[in-house]
Amino acid sequence: MDDPLVREQLVRQQAATLDRRAAAGRGLRQVAVFSVFVVVLGFLYSGYKIFGQAIDDAQTDWPALGSVLPRTDDLNMPPILDILGEFTVTPGGTDQILGRQLFDEAMFTLREATVGFLAGIVVGLAIAIALARSRRLERGLFPYVIASQTIPLIAIAPLVIVWGRKNLDFVPWEWQDWMSVSIIATFLTFFPVAVNGLRGLQSPKPENLELMESYAAGWGQTLRRLRFPAAIPYLFTAAKIAATASVVGAIVGEISAGVGGGLGRRVFLEAQRYTTGPERLYAAVIASAVLGIFVFLVITAAEKFTLGRQGREALS
Amino acid sequence: MTTHAVRIESVSKIFNPGRPNEVQALVDIDLDISPGEFVTLIGPSGCGKSTLLRLIASLIDPTGGTIHVNGKSAEQARLDQDYGMAFQRAGLFDWRTVARNIELPLELMGWKKSERERRSKEMLELVKLGEFGDHHPAELSGGMQQRIAIARSLSFSPSLLLMDEPFGALDEMTREHMQDEVLRLWSETGTTVVFVTHSIPEAVYLSTRVVVMSPRPGRIATTIDVDLGGRNDDTRAETPFFEKVTEVRAALRAVEAA
Repeated sequence: MDDPLVREQLVRQQAATLDRRAAAGRGLRQVAVFSVFVVVLGFLYSGYKIFGQAIDDAQTDWPALGSVLPRTDDLNMPPILDILGEFTVTPGGTDQILGRQLFDEAMFTLREATVGFLAGIVVGLAIAIALARSRRLERGLFPYVIASQTIPLIAIAPLVIVWGRKNLDFVPWEWQDWMSVSIIATFLTFFPVAVNGLRGLQSPKPENLELMESYAAGWGQTLRRLRFPAAIPYLFTAAKIAATASVVGAIVGEISAGVGGGLGRRVFLEAQRYTTGPERLYAAVIASAVLGIFVFLVITAAEKFTLGRQGREALS
Repeated sequence: MTTHAVRIESVSKIFNPGRPNEVQALVDIDLDISPGEFVTLIGPSGCGKSTLLRLIASLIDPTGGTIHVNGKSAEQARLDQDYGMAFQRAGLFDWRTVARNIELPLELMGWKKSERERRSKEMLELVKLGEFGDHHPAELSGGMQQRIAIARSLSFSPSLLLMDEPFGALDEMTREHMQDEVLRLWSETGTTVVFVTHSIPEAVYLSTRVVVMSPRPGRIATTIDVDLGGRNDDTRAETPFFEKVTEVRAALRAVEAA
């Protein structure tokens, strides 16, 4: 074909292939950078611990120096290898290694977080659609959506647990405390979805909205075929925030409401018996961090897959 | 009496009436367009040519006067999907493949999937991009995207095609290429075309009639009939073309001087 536009296309396709390869390379590099970062963090920790012995001595000799810097003894900063080793130790009074226990607890917390995350998507999206539908609703309600996040989560968590036990007995299944923790997580997750979702629903350009109008498409059709698909990259950005927030919400919910079985409860207990096993607290905190990173990576992968199939890129 | 494709009678448009930022965009517009005509609206910026096109499309409502499309009110024509529209920016949905972009209006009209797919294939052949149905718009050049947008606007065989500076963002070579494409589609489909541009050669090359508009407030200064016959690569280098270009330019000069 002697069409100059089609000839140009060949060049573009080659460029696109190179782009894709470069993107794959970037992904690998990110993993490498992250691994190096973790290792460097470990060395910094250990290095400070060795170097800090001198500071400790100085603080003992001159109490006036105070204790601004963290103490480096094994109680305050257990050696890294001890912390890692602790995962394979079977704590007294139990019959499983700590790593296995933490994994089970992480799954318990993950369930709370996942339910809270999904509920947050549904609630947040519903709010975003309602606000996108009506200017007046947006102006009237949006400040309250923002204000909702000024309520301290820790303060309402026990309330939600009590409220769930007393008032949610009408559901067709038996209400359990972990479900209340999911509600607490929802409180954190709906917000980014509502805010970003609204931005996304309002993101179509005027000419695209005019196009839909020229087809005599109603609001519902415009939502389904234009606004919602246009909002998907925004929703993924929100989902990444919401996913990590759902883990935070679940852990904080467990701690402040005293719900057992998950990582939040574990962190709380290990903090209480810190002096008899500081490594266990560190291990529990690491497990919590890994869970947060895990859900973030899951959403990021889903984002890459979904947007990639549509020939789009993630919002940066 | 044959029905006019477009009938505009003493139409005026005021934006923000009664407010400090009130703008008299159009006054006393009378224009009849017959089926099969290719009419270009040309004029300096602020002359209201795009506004006039949007009035025909019933995307905005006139302050005074009436507009009929195919013998019915402009709004009814919009609801009946009597026209297709192409904008300066292609405005393709980047999450849809090229084929599914073309199928968008058909989906909205409730066409069956198999018919939609058959139709989008036909349209892709028509704009000579048959092999690009599965591509995403971001992979295509601006000129190709604009061709897809035109295919989309023609997919449901509207009797009227409204084009708002569709080639404004393209380079000169691509632009001339696209002009031939549009002329070919126009003669193959028999669609009436209303085309907004600010390029004099483009207006002359494409139209059967050039409507010259003047600004502040927008009104029709004069209309110039054009008959270049079958266009080809030499048309733009021949005397009749230059004469018409000169005539339109003179009309625009007069408008600016006034």
